[in-house]
Amino acid sequence: MSALNIERRQFDTLVIGAGGGGLRAALQMAEAEANVAVVSKVFPTRSHTVAAQGGMNAALGNVMPDNWHWHMYDTVKGSDYLGDQDAIEYMCRAASHLVVELEHAGVPFSRLANGKIYQRAFGGQSRDFGGEQAARTCAAADRTGHAILHALYQQNIRAKTHFFDEYFAIDLLKDDDGYILGAVVLCIETGEPLIIEAKTTLLATGGVGQLFRTNTNARINTGDGIAMALRAGIPVQDMEFFQFHPTGIAGKGMLITEGVRGEGGYLTNKNGERFMERYAPHAKDLASRDVVSRAIAIEVREGRGCGLNADHVMLKLDHLGPDVIKKRLPGIRDMAMTFAHVDPIETAIPVFPTAHYTMGGIPANRYGQVVVPLAQSAEEPIPGLYAVGECACVSVHGANRLGGNSLLDIVVFGRAAGNHVIEYLKENRYHRPFNESMVEEAMKRIGHWQKTGDGESVDGLRDELQKAMEQYCGVFRTRDILSEGVEKVRGLVARTKDARLKDQSKVFNTARIEALELENLMGLGLATVECALAREESRGAHSRVDYPERDDEHWMKHSLYHTDGRIEYKPVRTKPMTVDSFPPKPRVY
Amino acid sequence: MRFLIHRYNPEIDKKPHMQEYTLDGFHSGDMLLDALFRIKEEDDSLSFRRSCGEGVCGSDAMNINGRNGLACITPLKSLKEPVEVRPVPGLPIVRDLVVDMRQFYHQYRSVKPWLTVHDPEPETEYLQTPEQRDQLDGLYECILCGACSTACPSFWWNPDKFRGPAALLQSWRFLADSRDQATAERLEELEGAYRLFRCHSIMNCMDVCPKGLNPTKAIGNIKKMMLKHLV
Repeated sequence: MSALNIERRQFDTLVIGAGGGGLRAALQMAEAEANVAVVSKVFPTRSHTVAAQGGMNAALGNVMPDNWHWHMYDTVKGSDYLGDQDAIEYMCRAASHLVVELEHAGVPFSRLANGKIYQRAFGGQSRDFGGEQAARTCAAADRTGHAILHALYQQNIRAKTHFFDEYFAIDLLKDDDGYILGAVVLCIETGEPLIIEAKTTLLATGGVGQLFRTNTNARINTGDGIAMALRAGIPVQDMEFFQFHPTGIAGKGMLITEGVRGEGGYLTNKNGERFMERYAPHAKDLASRDVVSRAIAIEVREGRGCGLNADHVMLKLDHLGPDVIKKRLPGIRDMAMTFAHVDPIETAIPVFPTAHYTMGGIPANRYGQVVVPLAQSAEEPIPGLYAVGECACVSVHGANRLGGNSLLDIVVFGRAAGNHVIEYLKENRYHRPFNESMVEEAMKRIGHWQKTGDGESVDGLRDELQKAMEQYCGVFRTRDILSEGVEKVRGLVARTKDARLKDQSKVFNTARIEALELENLMGLGLATVECALAREESRGAHSRVDYPERDDEHWMKHSLYHTDGRIEYKPVRTKPMTVDSFPPKPRVY
Repeated sequence: MRFLIHRYNPEIDKKPHMQEYTLDGFHSGDMLLDALFRIKEEDDSLSFRRSCGEGVCGSDAMNINGRNGLACITPLKSLKEPVEVRPVPGLPIVRDLVVDMRQFYHQYRSVKPWLTVHDPEPETEYLQTPEQRDQLDGLYECILCGACSTACPSFWWNPDKFRGPAALLQSWRFLADSRDQATAERLEELEGAYRLFRCHSIMNCMDVCPKGLNPTKAIGNIKKMMLKHLV
């Protein structure tokens, strides 16, 4: 099909991805009367924000005194000093206002007796810069993501945002000056391509949890936007930092919220010992996720795991009583009963660290602009391109994200990016022509999968990639293992070129979508394992057995992986907007 | 295990047919969705929607042995063989197990499912007591999977006029919200013989809801409120 025959639509602004980040940005822009198109490969409320459970951090101080500055300290410390402190200050300052906005938008937050929003304790939270445990996580029972996503979708219907439901984004459109001008997308229902021209394009496509075999993520989390950016010549940042959530249901991966431990649940090993007391004497089970995940992995490795294969630990919460569990944790009770066949009111839940969150992603600043190193500076904005949420790397999470900061991240930077787009549109009033050869390139990607004949299957390659990532790039890493991983994934990338689809039909061909997703996964898997091999230190979620210490002198810097395999680095932004910098300290909980 | 799966590809098939698959080696605890993945590995032409795999995104509603449910939380061991899997009934079929949900979403949008407050906004949250908040339990958890509306004979006959259980549950979710100030508008919108009153309390909706919600009860509450509103 020639580019000229493809249908074209024009909007002021295009949002790719309809999770919380994309919808919050779309709402901001639609309310400013911009003409907004949202493209999503699933109906918006199926986006993975829906699965977020525990809540959203904001120093409302509804339960006990709190302060955004303490939240900032916890986030910087949680990031293992790889977070950018200007963006973290911005996020933590904005948090309370944004929770109130969401509440006004209809989110059914749980309530305290005085009618205010309920807040629970979560990992890595403290009062007064490292003091006693804080309670900073605003929750709608344990379905906070669902409550937020639905409210944001509802508000977008009201604001008449234009939705392209079940359209898959193939690639970005550019001109020769480097402006991003929309995308080529594929209507899943008809199988027909569509060109969406837009003065700005915002990527909000979520993370890439499907890189790992056991993960808490939806099948749709294949990092499409990150891979599109990489193909458009933008390096991806900090991909070696992948969060393993301490409490996925053992062997299956479904998430059991940190809110369980926030409400008073705790982990035990085969001796019934509350082992986190040994690893984090002060915060215990509410230490940062990287710390708790490593502790569980060590318990199991040293033979103190539970079950027939001694391959997991137990999350005990029966002592909380049926009322608290039914009121505050009804969703995970359902989940445990459905998938682990235990009722947590009576029995502990078997859990193990499970791939959960992509700290890395598309480099962006606190306005949501995608920034790349150019001659002028290390962070030069790409005109017309924005990224927010898990696909972006602002970086507010650095080497380890705190629980409750991801729902916050998506609304704070979704809104900020929306505001920046509105300003950009005032100065860029007209559509610029894009380079038509970009369409040919995108169509080649689709055309590649129309080759018939013998070849490996998409499913088989994806399974091999997921197993390889788990085996070679998991919680504990060493040079030898990572080097093998790089070879393995390079081989898989090469083999993907010769994979074939049997189903060549057009209408709702999900096999074809999965093939395009596989290409995205492959590119990002390689980026992850290459960056993990290159980083010779242990920081946050990246734990190198051969380099067990954090090395601020050489490695307090962000990695940038280019599509040609080159890795360069840029400094961490240690200077906040207004307050003093938090200098790196040993990180103990 | 034997499966009979509804197949229809409009580019190839004149009419739908049931295709048989036999698979072994399931693990205890495997769900119907796991079986569909296994089938798709062998036959990549089978199309169905799926995403979270844990019953919260609402993608994979289908008709399983004659009853609507979510494939991802339906244990294989609960199913009689051969397991018959069809698209949810009452909506146009796009392909295989995929239906066109536009009508369903249209009805959802029609009840204006967003919080509406006419008063000036305070700088803090609206206050709501825990008891007021409790009124939203059993309502806000809806995942829009469509299992209820597509199990409802009234919706099958009048999908363009009757809002259907899912949309009406959402309507009640806002009517029941102490913060909402659009009661009169919401009730007026539902007047007439069809939008609300086509519900004949058949209760299929509550019977099939994978989240254990009760749209029939919500509809009853709207009817009661409407009567009170009239007098």
